[in-house]
Amino acid sequence: MATSDAHLGSADHPATATGLDNRKLAMWAFLGSECLFFGALISTFLLYRERVPEGGVRPEDVYDIPFTSVSSFVLLMSSLTMVLALAAIQRGDHRQLRIWLVATAGLGMVFIAGQIFEFTAFIEHGFTMRSSVSGSAFFVLTGFHGAHVTVGILMLLVMAMFSAAGRLTQEHTMRIEMLGLYWHFVDIVWVVIFTLVYLIP
Amino acid sequence: MTEAEAHVEDRTHVETHEASHPSVGEYIKIAIILAIVTGLEVGIAYIPGIPFGWLVASLIVLMVIKFAMVAMWFMHLKFDSAIYRRFFVIGLVLAVVLFLIVLVSFGKFLR
Repeated sequence: MATSDAHLGSADHPATATGLDNRKLAMWAFLGSECLFFGALISTFLLYRERVPEGGVRPEDVYDIPFTSVSSFVLLMSSLTMVLALAAIQRGDHRQLRIWLVATAGLGMVFIAGQIFEFTAFIEHGFTMRSSVSGSAFFVLTGFHGAHVTVGILMLLVMAMFSAAGRLTQEHTMRIEMLGLYWHFVDIVWVVIFTLVYLIP
Repeated sequence: MTEAEAHVEDRTHVETHEASHPSVGEYIKIAIILAIVTGLEVGIAYIPGIPFGWLVASLIVLMVIKFAMVAMWFMHLKFDSAIYRRFFVIGLVLAVVLFLIVLVSFGKFLR
């Protein structure tokens, strides 16, 4: 399969001392820092999940695990479509690239629609951002994750438009790879949130 | 061939080897495994009367498996340069250690 890691200089990126693409290195450093960001939000929720006023609604009272499981599955499958998009640009197949980019964005939108539906149901049941410390921690954590997914969807759609306009060639494989890294990271953060926040009582 | 040219050729060889990514078939296999593991997670969460310790331990193991599979195969950490892996692992380990200390400090695991 075509590769995108050897960087001894190209039209898209100058040669580097390490032989690695600095943009990809910066993306990994960014993702490393994002671990700390989400780590802070997840541990805050774990600390405060039981801080609910007497008679108040606890997160466990409103969770709909089967629904969230389907959302998790959708996001997980979007990682597959993302790698298929990368494989397509590496082969130079731009039609497939666009199909998989739009499919990934579509699955991301399904996830976000699910999250909006879930938030609406929680608020109707009285579990809100202001109902308890637990509610604040929950909505800040899942809301920030949702914001990351939304940014990813926008980037996917922009890349699909660039490709349709013929502005994304095989030389720009690294851009799709970096977008993929961001998308997969958003996916693995959800893997952790799903287990620690939803499944473990 | 000059020494510089030889160095460039050697480096190209090493990086090409490091960066060869999985095939489409492999990606699909990984996705199927991830879907099965997700099903297992949800199934375990619904087992009636499962001891809390077993529930937590099995869910965390399955979570780590999913996390590692996405990072290693879909994010290519298994195939790319170790330098990328170090950048990510430093952040990840720092986050896990730091926030475990925070949780223990606030008595999360002492009840």
